[in-house]
Amino acid sequence: MVSQVRGMRKRRAGVRSAPAYRGDKRWAYLLLLPSFAGLVLFYLWPAVKTLYLSFTNVGPFGGSTWTGLSNYTALVHDDKFVRSMVNTVLYAGVVVVVGIPLAIAIAALLNTSGLRGKTFYRTLYFLPVVTMPAAVGMVWQWLYNGDYGLINYLLSVVGIGGPRWLTTAPLALFAIAVVGIWMGLGNNIIILLAGLQGIPKELYEAADVDGASRFTQFRKITVPMLSPSIFFVTVLSVINTLQVFDLLFLMMSKTNPALPETETIVYLFYERAFVDNQRGAAAAVSFVLFVLMLIITAVQFRLQRKWVHYA
Amino acid sequence: MRRVRVRALGALALAGALVAGLAGCGGGSDNGEVTLTYGIWAKDAGTQNLMKSLGAEFTKTHPNVHVKVQSTPFAQYFTKLQTAAGGGSAPDVFWMNGPNFKLYASNGMLQPLSSDTMNPGNYPSTLVKLYTYNGKRYGVPKDFDTIGLWYNKKMFDAAGVKYPDAKWTWSDMQAAAKKLTNKAKGQYGIAAAENDQQNFYNTILQAGGNVISADGKKSGYDDPKSVQGIKLWTDLIKNGYSPTYSEMSDTQPVQMFQSGKVAMFYDGSWDATTFNQAGLKDTIDVAPLPAGPAGKAVVLHGLSNAVYAKGQHTKQAEEFVKFLGSKKAADMTAKEGSVLPAYNGTQQQWVKSMPQWNLQVFIDQLAVTRPYPVSKNTAAWTKYQDEILGQAWDQKISAQQACTQLAQKMNEALAKEK
Repeated sequence: MVSQVRGMRKRRAGVRSAPAYRGDKRWAYLLLLPSFAGLVLFYLWPAVKTLYLSFTNVGPFGGSTWTGLSNYTALVHDDKFVRSMVNTVLYAGVVVVVGIPLAIAIAALLNTSGLRGKTFYRTLYFLPVVTMPAAVGMVWQWLYNGDYGLINYLLSVVGIGGPRWLTTAPLALFAIAVVGIWMGLGNNIIILLAGLQGIPKELYEAADVDGASRFTQFRKITVPMLSPSIFFVTVLSVINTLQVFDLLFLMMSKTNPALPETETIVYLFYERAFVDNQRGAAAAVSFVLFVLMLIITAVQFRLQRKWVHYA
Repeated sequence: MRRVRVRALGALALAGALVAGLAGCGGGSDNGEVTLTYGIWAKDAGTQNLMKSLGAEFTKTHPNVHVKVQSTPFAQYFTKLQTAAGGGSAPDVFWMNGPNFKLYASNGMLQPLSSDTMNPGNYPSTLVKLYTYNGKRYGVPKDFDTIGLWYNKKMFDAAGVKYPDAKWTWSDMQAAAKKLTNKAKGQYGIAAAENDQQNFYNTILQAGGNVISADGKKSGYDDPKSVQGIKLWTDLIKNGYSPTYSEMSDTQPVQMFQSGKVAMFYDGSWDATTFNQAGLKDTIDVAPLPAGPAGKAVVLHGLSNAVYAKGQHTKQAEEFVKFLGSKKAADMTAKEGSVLPAYNGTQQQWVKSMPQWNLQVFIDQLAVTRPYPVSKNTAAWTKYQDEILGQAWDQKISAQQACTQLAQKMNEALAKEK
C-alpha cells in the first residue's frame, strides 16, 4: 500500500516513476521470500510428495515402488475406510451444526451492554483454546469414565445410571464431539465477538424506533450483519473438524470396543502410516481427505453468495 | 534495478550462510571426542537415571566417549525410530524388542555383533535366539520378563480362599475367581485383560497350542488347543468373574488390581516396582502361572541393546553395547530394581530388593519359558489380534469364530513376508 501511494506521488510529480515502482515491488517479493520459502518447504513440497507417495508402495525404512492407482482402488473396497469417512463427516457435522449456533448465542450474550465481568467470561470461554489437547483429552477421559467418572457420579446423585460414554458404540462419537465443541468454542466466540462489535449501533436504534422486538432485531440485523464472520468461522471449523485426530488418539484406547464406530480418516491415516507401516496407502487416505475438504470448501464458497451479506 | 538484484543476491547468500551454519552445528567430532546417542523408552525416572549412570560408568573406562540418553514414550518410540533409521539419523545404540527385531534386522538397520562383543552363554538361550537372524546376532540381551499370577491377599482372606501356589491349575484359578467375585461390592475374581504377553500367549501354550509355527510361517490360531487358550479368558468374562471388555477399556485392569477391585491379575515382573511404590507391600503377593491341560508354560520376552548399522560411530557403539551386556551393568540394573537383568546369575539382587514378595517365581519359571512369537513383520498380524480377538472379548463372536478369522488374516499377512 505504502509503496503504491509513494509510486503514485512520484508519478504525479513527473519523476521517472515506473522503475522505482517496480523496484519497490521487488523488495516486497524479497521480504516475502523467507515465509514463502517456509510455505514451499513445509507445506507445498510435503503435499506434492504425499501425492507422489500415494501412487507408490513405500518400504518400512523408505524407498518406494510405483504401483499406480492401486492404493486408491484398494480404498474403494475397504470397509474400514468407508466407515471412517462416515464417522468423520458425522463428527464434523455435529461439531459445526451445534457448535457454531452455540458460539453465536454466547458471543451475542457476551456483547450485551452493561454485562458485568465480561473479561472473566471471555477468559473462561477462551481457556480451552490455549489448553494443550493432551491435557484436555486426559481430563475428559476421566470425566467420562463409566465407573469413576464425575459425569456418571453426578447422574447417580439424581438417580440416573449413566452409560459408558466412551466405550458404547454410537455414543462415543458424540461424547468426543462434545469435547470438540467445547474446545473450539473460544476461538469462534472471539471472531464472532469482533464481528458483533463492528455492527453500527444506529441500526438497532432505528429498529427500536420502528418498534422491532429484540428477537426480530437479532434475526434481521445481527445475523445478516454477522454473516461474513459466521461464514469465516464455519469454513475454518469444517476444515478443522474433518482433521480430528488428537482427541480420539488420547481418549480411545486401542482395546476400546467402540473404536470402529469412532475412528476418523486421520486416525485411519495414522494407523496405516505408523502402525501398519503402509505409508503409500496412508498417503492415499490423506489425499482423499484433502480432496474432500477442497470440495466441501468450494461448495461453501458457492453457497455463501446466497446468504452472506457484505455491508 | 541492478542494485536491487545485487542486494537480493546478497540476502540470498546470507540466508544460505545461515543454513550452512546451522547444518554445521550437527557434526562436531574433533579431537577424538565422540558422543553416542542411546535411544530408550522408559516410563519412570528410576530407569532413565539408571541408563544415564550406565553411560557415565562407560565413560570412566572410555574417557573419549560420552553417552547421551534419548528417552521417548513407548507409544511413539518405534514410529520415531523407524523414520529416523530410514533417514540415517537413528541413535547409535537403542533398545530393541522382539516384535520389531526381525523387521530391523532383515532391512539391514542393525549391526551384526562380533563374538567379542557378546558371549551368548551369559544369557538365557531363548532370549539369545530371539535376537538372532539368519545365524547372526544383532542384540545383546538387556533384561527379561516373565509373567506371574499376582493376587490380593486381603481379598483372598476375606473370601476364605487358599492362596495360589505352584500346584495350581486352570480349574483352581477358575474356582477361586468365582468365589472371589462379589458383584454387590463391585469386586471381581480376576481381570481377563485382552493382553497378549500377559495373558493369552501364555494360556495358548499351556493348552498345548501355539501362536505361530516354529518356522514363523503359519498361524497357530486355527489349532483347537489354541482356541482353548482364548476361550479361558472370554469365558471368565462371560461368567461374570472378570470386568467386561468395556469396563477394562474405561479403567485399566492394572489400576483395578491396585485399587482392590480385582483379586487376581496376570502381570509381568516389570510391574513389581510399581506395586511396591503404590503401597501394596503387605496387600499382595505373586505365584507362578497356573498350569493348563498341557502343563506349565510362560512366554519369555526381553529387550536387547542394538547398534544402528548406519551410525557414524559403530565401533564405539559396539563397545558400549558390550559394556551394557556385562555383569557389572547387570548388577547395577538389578540393584535399581525395575527389571530383571538378562545376565545369568545376576537376578538374585532383584529378588532381594523386594523381600516381602515371592519374586523368585519369575526366575524359577525360566525353566518353562517359550519364545515370544514373532515373524519378519510382526505388527502386520498383531493388529488383527487386537481387532478380532477384541470382538470375542466383547462377547460379540465366539472364541472359535475369532480364532478361525484371525488364523486366516494372519496367514494372509505372513504370506506377504518375503
